[in-house]
Amino acid sequence: MAWQRSSRVAGYRRDDAEAHPPYLHPDYKGTRLRAPERPLTILPHTLSEITGPVYGPGQMGPLDHDLTRQHGGEPLGERIIVHGRVTDDDGRPVRNSLIEIWQANAAGRYVHQGDRHPAPLDPNFSGAGRCITDEEGHYRFVTVKPGAYPWGNHPNAWRPAHIHFSLFGPAFATRLVTQMYFPGDPLFGQDPIFQSVRDPQARERLISSFDLDATEPEWALAYRFDIVLRGREATPMKRTPK
Amino acid sequence: MTPDPGLGLTPSQTVGPFFHFALTKEDWSRLVPLDHPQAIWIEGTVRDGADDPVPDAMVEVWQANAAGRYAHPEDRREDLPLDKGFTGFGRCPTDAEGRYEFVTVKPGPVPDPNGEPQAPHIDVAVFARGLLRQLVTRIYFPDEEEANAADPILTSIGDRDLRRTLVARGSPEGHLHFDIKLQGENQTAFFEV
Ligand SMILES: [Fe+3]
Repeated sequence: MAWQRSSRVAGYRRDDAEAHPPYLHPDYKGTRLRAPERPLTILPHTLSEITGPVYGPGQMGPLDHDLTRQHGGEPLGERIIVHGRVTDDDGRPVRNSLIEIWQANAAGRYVHQGDRHPAPLDPNFSGAGRCITDEEGHYRFVTVKPGAYPWGNHPNAWRPAHIHFSLFGPAFATRLVTQMYFPGDPLFGQDPIFQSVRDPQARERLISSFDLDATEPEWALAYRFDIVLRGREATPMKRTPK
Repeated sequence: MTPDPGLGLTPSQTVGPFFHFALTKEDWSRLVPLDHPQAIWIEGTVRDGADDPVPDAMVEVWQANAAGRYAHPEDRREDLPLDKGFTGFGRCPTDAEGRYEFVTVKPGPVPDPNGEPQAPHIDVAVFARGLLRQLVTRIYFPDEEEANAADPILTSIGDRDLRRTLVARGSPEGHLHFDIKLQGENQTAFFEV
């Protein structure tokens, strides 16, 4: 039968338990009623999990990656380049893969009707971009540095400046939504979302590095944010006992 | 510069409450046109542990086409047809009442790692403020009782009530209902992928 062929599939490694935050992190109040309580069931990686949505460069607009040129004028704030490389944890490039980003403007305000922070909107900045990684896994955005913003989690709670990232990678099993932070932010210590990642080394991987080499003189500073998705099992999965 | 092997993974972080203007600006909830002859509607409500609707969640689906083929290079069963325009991917934000919906086709069977057919299913990922990582579940079909009873993944969930949360319910108007309960009584079965 047709469906039987090529069914031996190599899954993705599950060695990421320590890297990711737990579902329940009580300091982040939003998790308290949303974290599941029953243990998760291990899902073997079948064809359904080793495949995932495919996008191509042809589906991108020419300015989708440049958040400073999506309106009539230039947005206010500090123009920056955010770039990096997406690989798996074996260092192999994640190529031709969709990255979507979104962020607050330089004043710390989102173009979102739910954002009540009394900071100005910028008519020249929406804060949404996307691009496809190249053959080596590289990506590059041009944007402005987002401002910190307050939120109601605890008294005087402020989010460190961050850019939200959404990545598909090659498969349903590699889907990742994360946030990129900026080096030396004084707000890290009191931010329960950043602190929800328990391993300090894993937490550091959420922080971009200032990248003088990629800075464009007289124009924009650059930050580098490399992203590592889970890697592939070396061999096709063993038969699971019936 | 090639990164060293054994690199640490980039941790997950919540999608937050303000993703709509970027992630769901386009309507990705119609995987097929409304007038597709095999169109099915799948709808449901996302609720939290207090049974309140979650108005700021995003539900993504990933599925094979009606023939059971994934639009992805690693599905090499080339004698099964691909449907032009059908990516198998959908994305829908929940509304103020926590509701989401998709219009799609029922996927055909795809093999499990032993080469046996799995019961038809749709992979689901749920993102929301308060979820530090996506939650993954699967939608199975109520008219596939026999296949569901034999499905190795469904049956790997020992608790019958928990297992039952993965089978959509039919409705009088012919839609499929699949509610997602994040926590508490009647919590949906979630998977570690
Ligand atoms: Fe944010």
